[in-house]
Amino acid sequence: MQATHRLDAVFAALADPTRRAILARLASGQASVTELAEPFAMSQPAISKHLKVLERAGLISRGRDAQRRPRKLEPKPLAAVTDWLERYRRMWEGNYQRLDALLDELKTQAKERKRR
Amino acid sequence: MKHGELNITTRGDRELVMTRVFAAPRTLVFDAHTKPELVKRWLLGPPGWSMPVCEMDVRVGGTYRWVWRHDRDGTEMGMGGTYRAVRAPERLVATEKFDEAWYPGEALNTLVLVEQGGRTTLTQTMRYESREARDAVIKSGMESGVKASYDRLDELLAATSGAPR
Repeated sequence: MQATHRLDAVFAALADPTRRAILARLASGQASVTELAEPFAMSQPAISKHLKVLERAGLISRGRDAQRRPRKLEPKPLAAVTDWLERYRRMWEGNYQRLDALLDELKTQAKERKRR
Repeated sequence: MKHGELNITTRGDRELVMTRVFAAPRTLVFDAHTKPELVKRWLLGPPGWSMPVCEMDVRVGGTYRWVWRHDRDGTEMGMGGTYRAVRAPERLVATEKFDEAWYPGEALNTLVLVEQGGRTTLTQTMRYESREARDAVIKSGMESGVKASYDRLDELLAATSGAPR
């Protein structure tokens, strides 16, 4: 799958609150479909549909246990998104560090005005 | 949140949200976002860029115009928009559109400043017209990134694709 195509699938998968909750649950360890369905007022087929979307995006995979077929989190596609956010963050960090310095200067000026 | 720590997340399918705490009262933080002579001192982006054009008519319906220039090769990047809401010193809402559109439609930027004990928490929300637009912003960041990290990303994505499906 092409990089950009894969990214689309990741974002589409992340756009849904139920799917984000499923990922958050899986971040603390693998779980079966029944276990994943528990906290949601949702039928098992509805949960399975969400799991399919997450699987297609490469965000989760199935564990080895043939009986339970537990799902587990695949952190790498999420890392691709985080990678971009990290670069964007660095640019804004630069902006805001300059703003910190400017605010210090404005605070000093305000104090001096008060003293006069 | 600790002072100085910048947090960026995606929210829903159309928004990017940034939060940051500043050790200053919000009147000063608001000034730094609304007075052109202050804005052009910090809103510069990556190293090597300056902001020769910074015009702002900060009132509802007023417009702003920003142009950045790369000091070495002279490349220019411009953007502008219209103020939709202005409530000093706590809230500023403005549309945003780049001269060379790299995402579809306009974005809506909302700045909210909350002060507590002399410190200000800034929340900047960028809402795009569609999920496609928000993702285009994110992808453009990836594509303009250094080649090394893009290659690393490809490797990462190849690794997650696993066996042919």
